[in-house]
Amino acid sequence: MTVFRYLIVLVTTYISFVLPASSLAGYDYIDINSPFLRKIPIAVPVFGTDNANDTSMQLSKKASDMLSGMLDFTGYFKMLDRSSFIEDPAKTKSGVSNIYFPNWTAVGAELLVSGDLQVKGGVLEIELRLFDTIKAGQLIGKKYSAGVDDLRDIIKRFSGEIIYYLTGNRGIFDSQIAFVSGGSGNKEIYLCEFDGSNISQFTRNRAITLFPAWSSDGRWIAYTSYIKGKPDLYIVNVKDRSMSVVANKGINITPAWVPGKFELGATLSYSGDQDIYLLTGTGKVIKKLTNESGSDVSPTWSPDGKKMAFVSSRCGTPQVYIQDIETGHAERITFYGKYNTQPNWSPKGDKIAYSGMTGGRHNIYTIGLDGKDPVQLTNNAGDNESPSWSPDGSLIVFSSTREGPARIFVMTAFGTDQRRLLAISGEQTNPKWSPGLINKEP
Amino acid sequence: MKKSIWIVLALLLVIPGLLFTASCTKKTLKADIETMKDKPKEAPAPPPPAPAPAPAPAPAPVVQRVPEPVKTSAEEIRAREKAAAMQTLMNEDVYFDYDSAALAPAAQEVLKKKAVSLGKYSDVSITVEGHCDERGTNEYNLALGERRAESAKNFLIDLGLAASRFRTVSYGEEKPIDTGHNEEAWAKNRRAHFVVK
Repeated sequence: MTVFRYLIVLVTTYISFVLPASSLAGYDYIDINSPFLRKIPIAVPVFGTDNANDTSMQLSKKASDMLSGMLDFTGYFKMLDRSSFIEDPAKTKSGVSNIYFPNWTAVGAELLVSGDLQVKGGVLEIELRLFDTIKAGQLIGKKYSAGVDDLRDIIKRFSGEIIYYLTGNRGIFDSQIAFVSGGSGNKEIYLCEFDGSNISQFTRNRAITLFPAWSSDGRWIAYTSYIKGKPDLYIVNVKDRSMSVVANKGINITPAWVPGKFELGATLSYSGDQDIYLLTGTGKVIKKLTNESGSDVSPTWSPDGKKMAFVSSRCGTPQVYIQDIETGHAERITFYGKYNTQPNWSPKGDKIAYSGMTGGRHNIYTIGLDGKDPVQLTNNAGDNESPSWSPDGSLIVFSSTREGPARIFVMTAFGTDQRRLLAISGEQTNPKWSPGLINKEP
Repeated sequence: MKKSIWIVLALLLVIPGLLFTASCTKKTLKADIETMKDKPKEAPAPPPPAPAPAPAPAPAPVVQRVPEPVKTSAEEIRAREKAAAMQTLMNEDVYFDYDSAALAPAAQEVLKKKAVSLGKYSDVSITVEGHCDERGTNEYNLALGERRAESAKNFLIDLGLAASRFRTVSYGEEKPIDTGHNEEAWAKNRRAHFVVK
């Protein structure tokens, strides 16, 4: 994606707290165990500006709408309707002493975001603050300075600050999603930002291209393509497009990078059986990981890289197994249904999402590592396949045919707030969520 | 006397003339058959590839410019028979049951017919494609497609054909021959397809 030209000079201003920080420390804003059970009502009014000109005012509205959209996307918040607001912070200079919190609690807000924006000679200066309206105190205050074109980057950063404060996770705002779309006449890989914006075509192979997989540093994408008339594995550097090819006879499919390493698992069949191999990032075989007869495909790694979940037909039907890499011992974890494939291990480590087919229909399930109590997240809505977790484990992106053609959808980890992410020509399938911190310079 | 010389001359000119005219037609027909053979198998949904290539420059023409008309047409007949046999071989797919790479009796019969053709024309090499219907997921279907292609190939090898004559490619569910969403379409897509190289 685009290289971010960071003209941002980050000035952290912690303006005086009304309450000492310690009294806020113990307050659980978001219940980590049921984060989506109760959405926090938050008010994001239109930001204020000193310059009374049209550009500044338009930019203020754009910035506040952008922030509102990003927070809404996370699923943690209930965005309050601006038309119900009593107070208009745009009219008064922002700052704790100028906010009358009862006006906000009166409309149901528990959190409030305010902003002040100036454009001076092409440079954008914006102050953003997060308040707890009930405790009547400021939680975060940041000041940013950058080019006008960097507004979205600033808003993403501040959204990340909010989520980090509330959940301890950096969130998803720097992440991207890779997916397959056939609109150009062939299936190719496309990329977009976490919320479906800024879609770009990543491959122009003019051949069937499938199974994008991000390395954990976000610098490489591996995929399968029929460039040479058969399913070969390509390992491509996102920035400079240098690449390695794994073109053994047979199938070279379903790559999955080992977290924190320049290594990946993939299914190769050149030996005569379809097994998962561990490869270096340049495509050299390190070792064979599975050895049973039957098809072993679709590896996915635990966050510590010590275990791998995958699909095997060794018992007769495709089911999900977990293998300990050191011992080589594999255990089946799916026992409900006769067709369970496409596993994806949550970055939180505790759950695996997969697609299960029953009655001819595919649905997304999550299951604990012990295989007990699979939970069905989609129902009665076409075929739902190919789940992939967001880097903080809070959301799942997947493909669904509920509207007819296959489209990319997103939902919370608990199956709530299912909505379409984007729609472009052709059908979109096989989404894969990148790790966080894409393209960040160290 | 002069008249008969003219008659002989006329015949000498006409007969070879007829022969050459006839052989040009045959040449075109052979080229057409080769073009059909070379044309890539295409799935109905994506836009068709660029217009079919012009008939390939005729390889070493079967028609020898040698006055041995009897031998020439036998070779041509053999070439035409071979082309027809290859066409049949490519047109008849081997079908599979859902989620299976096993060869049912009907499938085995189709393969036995192919074995006969391949036995007769031992210089022919084949790519066996494995395909699946759209149900199931892309990843697992790529693996299943390969198992189907291998299954068909191994059956032919067991019948005595040389393994070196075969290549397999799996397309999973990526290249359906029928894009319908019903049992009829699905049955047509669960196939091994033969392509003469």
